[in-house]
Amino acid sequence: MIAEAGHYALVLALALALIQSTVPMLGARWGDPALMNVARSTALAQLLFVAVSFTALVMLHVASDFSVVNVFENSHSMKPLLYKITGVWGNHEGSMLLWVLILALFGGLVAAFGNNLPLSLRAHVLAVQGWIAAAFYLFILVTSNPFLRIASPPIEGRDLNPVLQDIGLAVHPPMLYLGYVGFSISFSFAIAALIEGRIDAAWARWVRPWTLVAWIFLTLGIAMGSYWAYYELGWGGWWFWDPVENASLMPWLAGTALLHSAVVMEKRNALKVWTILLSILVFSLSLLGTFLVRSGVLTSVHAFATDPSRGVFILLILCLFIGGSLALYAWRASALKQGGLFAPVSREGALVLNNLFLTSACATVFIGTLYPLALEVLTGDKISVGAPFFNLTFGPLFVPLLVAMPFAPLLAWKRGDLLGAAQRLTAAGIAALVAIAVLFAWTHGGATLAPLAIGLAIFVIGGALSDLAERTALFRVPLATAMARARGLPRAAWGTAFAHAGIGVALIGIVCETTWNSEYIGTMKPRDVASVAGYQLKLDEITQRQGPNFREMIAQFTVALDGETLQVMMPSKRNFTTRDSSTTEAALLTRGASQLYVSLGDTNAEGAIAVRIYHKPLVLLIWWGPVLMAFGGLLSLSDRRLRVGAPKPAKAARALQPAE
Amino acid sequence: MTLWFVFALMTVAAIFAVLWPLSRGSSAQAGGSEAVVYKDQLAEIDRDVAAGLIGLSEAEAARVEIGRRLLAAADGERNQPARANLGLRRASAVVALVGLPIAAVTFYLALGSPRLGDFPLASRTRMADASQPLENMVAQVEAHLEQNPTDGRGWTVLAPVLARLGRFDEAVRAYRNVIQHAGDSAERRSDLGEALVTSAGGVVTAEAKGEFERAVAQDADDPRASYFLGLAAEQDGRKADAAAIWRAMLSKAPADVPWRPLIEAALTRVGAPVAPALSDDAMAAARDMNEADRGTMIRGMVDRLAARLKQDGSDVEGWLRLVRAYMVMGERDKATSARTEARQAVAGDAERLRQLNEGLKNLGLDG
Repeated sequence: MIAEAGHYALVLALALALIQSTVPMLGARWGDPALMNVARSTALAQLLFVAVSFTALVMLHVASDFSVVNVFENSHSMKPLLYKITGVWGNHEGSMLLWVLILALFGGLVAAFGNNLPLSLRAHVLAVQGWIAAAFYLFILVTSNPFLRIASPPIEGRDLNPVLQDIGLAVHPPMLYLGYVGFSISFSFAIAALIEGRIDAAWARWVRPWTLVAWIFLTLGIAMGSYWAYYELGWGGWWFWDPVENASLMPWLAGTALLHSAVVMEKRNALKVWTILLSILVFSLSLLGTFLVRSGVLTSVHAFATDPSRGVFILLILCLFIGGSLALYAWRASALKQGGLFAPVSREGALVLNNLFLTSACATVFIGTLYPLALEVLTGDKISVGAPFFNLTFGPLFVPLLVAMPFAPLLAWKRGDLLGAAQRLTAAGIAALVAIAVLFAWTHGGATLAPLAIGLAIFVIGGALSDLAERTALFRVPLATAMARARGLPRAAWGTAFAHAGIGVALIGIVCETTWNSEYIGTMKPRDVASVAGYQLKLDEITQRQGPNFREMIAQFTVALDGETLQVMMPSKRNFTTRDSSTTEAALLTRGASQLYVSLGDTNAEGAIAVRIYHKPLVLLIWWGPVLMAFGGLLSLSDRRLRVGAPKPAKAARALQPAE
Repeated sequence: MTLWFVFALMTVAAIFAVLWPLSRGSSAQAGGSEAVVYKDQLAEIDRDVAAGLIGLSEAEAARVEIGRRLLAAADGERNQPARANLGLRRASAVVALVGLPIAAVTFYLALGSPRLGDFPLASRTRMADASQPLENMVAQVEAHLEQNPTDGRGWTVLAPVLARLGRFDEAVRAYRNVIQHAGDSAERRSDLGEALVTSAGGVVTAEAKGEFERAVAQDADDPRASYFLGLAAEQDGRKADAAAIWRAMLSKAPADVPWRPLIEAALTRVGAPVAPALSDDAMAAARDMNEADRGTMIRGMVDRLAARLKQDGSDVEGWLRLVRAYMVMGERDKATSARTEARQAVAGDAERLRQLNEGLKNLGLDG
């Protein structure tokens, strides 16, 4: 009964989505508030039914009901409870259900908390959400139904892919989906604005919290996925320019651009048409990302052909939404009123520059990811576009972006003073130069680019700090006054500083890890000692252990630094009988922001074991950076104040800074 | 019945979600407006000025700008009067009351299986043992071995059952575990070797040969290992070697060993391109019979197999066994016609056809 109730709830959600996508549109067209309000109650009811459906699937997984194909194929009665639950979205059907659950959640949130929106705008936004939702319910029910049954159920399931049996699965996909799907709201707002033919600064004010929420989750989701790959795959790599990773990076880049252009729109009523286009693009890229990963197109073009119904359906949805929204844009954008003017050197100008670089970076990733696919479809040639391409294209685009980044918050709206901004960045510049000089002296003869890149990162962090110092007038007024000003500073300003500093922090981590990473790869027998970056690792013993649904070979290493014993590290290798596969569980030893990383390979006939040991200096900064960025986003989100972009008068006193 | 009650309840909730706002439609417009945002922005400027965050002239410029937006927003709102459209409301209500339940139930009935109850694992494992199919018992033993993988006795029980069920690859792994956890012996090596041969469709692979050699190293008189080593030689085209091995077996063995006829048959057969192995079951069954009875028994088994395959032709393993049996009995014509029938029977399934052709290739009967 649980399975069938969940199934029926999903069908009802589809029916409600269809009503939600039509009735409110008609209501808005004829100006009938009752019809427009249908959007609200149907969105909430839809959320209720999808939640019922999702809960049913979770219960089926927990109870190991193998009469449900999805449970049989992806679960196992011996799996720990946590992985029985996370296994719900560790497969195609379940993850699509999570996707629509989050979509319905966002729709429900707009319905519940959108009281400040004009009635017709809310009706239009929810109707567009209804279209998206209806398409996905149909996709799930027709081609990827998680509630299909087996009449004579088998006694045991096929188990979940062992690599996914990890706490990472509990966090990473929901976060990423919250990010991807969160951008559907800004998309719906954009389409609603195009339909109404009216857009202004208030629109940006209403969209702001939704874009920020999506961006925060996407940032954390990507960082979490990267850390998961780092410790689970056993190679110590944290970013592979893998198409699946690129699929999540593209919406992030475009989303970051959207975040910035929406600020211009909110404060200055400018860049309106561009912001609309970005909203459409971000969600289109999210859709593309979800489906490139979910349809199996990326691992192999041929996996697409093996399930034609699913592939064709995906293509249809993509064409419908991306093509349809862009067509609507082309048709209606000219009807929108253009916004205010601004000089090239101004906060707006800087944000346009930011948008240019971010969208170009996004375009290079797009080309690098999709070109091999297109080539394989058209000519059958297989090429792989890897790290060298991205380093050569993505890097040069990001360097000027990072150089320009500290300047932007220091420029005034409408017309800025570049020289003044540069003067205020002197301290950051000097810090960067000192860092470069010290690093060159310290590493002499080493990599030339690394100290420069770290100098750039220091400049970025210093720039963020200078901005704060400047706003609070630190060092120019008594400390108490500065503190008072700091408290009075809009939280959005703090958010900007944290997010920008986060980029610098991540950059330091990336440069240190790639440049000064040291490794030991070899075979070791018990009582052998390997030394890496000054640490001595002694292999004490190799033992076997039985886990709930796997067998585990554990190696115990004693780590010593200069003869002083620090800690014991226990990397292991797990064998999963049901899937006849194995995973490596790397052991990590954290010292400050640096990590020692040990992972095991195969044992050979003499009882020696292949071992990979890495010392990764400051590697944790790579993930602390995004966490800082997300924290900055959170600060900005908590800032409920309205934003006014006060233009700076031609001759302003220096003490008077533009307000946020 | 409960299920349909739950369905009805959910449907009513869904209909209610549509009808409720329609019923209270006459209430005044409840939404917010852009003007509110701009008024708030104006208030924000006043606060900023009071806090000393912006200068007076900047504030004035900002106020002018926002004032312009406020005017534009107020203009936009005035030309949107709210009016009730009763026709559309009634149509929507009808869609919700009639269309929604009909569409949902139709769609659900096309996809769902309302007659199937729940099968949570906890209630299923309590079922009586006798009523369980063999697969379920195997699954239980497997689950037990997952927990205690070093239980040699468990693997010893499981391995032959897996082989009987046709899960040869798993049988091979199980036999390996038997040797690892229950100790090595000539017999177990031969078991493993035979499972490898069966999983390779009757071909004595290099891996299987290695196992038989290990068996012979432990017990030079192990008949099964010797027989398969001879078969390996025969399949390699070294017929003289094969004959030598088998002759040595016969000369060493007492006159009444049950496998003597098999070896004699093999010896006379040397000269055929490929000789498949006779299965263990048939050997055991044929053990206590005289020559004529054995012939009848084998023929009966083959006929039964042929009859079964005529009814259900999807069993690739069965077809291969039938073809192999005809070839052992020297009836090559029947083997060829069975091959044709088999190809017709599985023609609709590319995967099965591939398996069949591969198996036929191993039997030397492809083309």
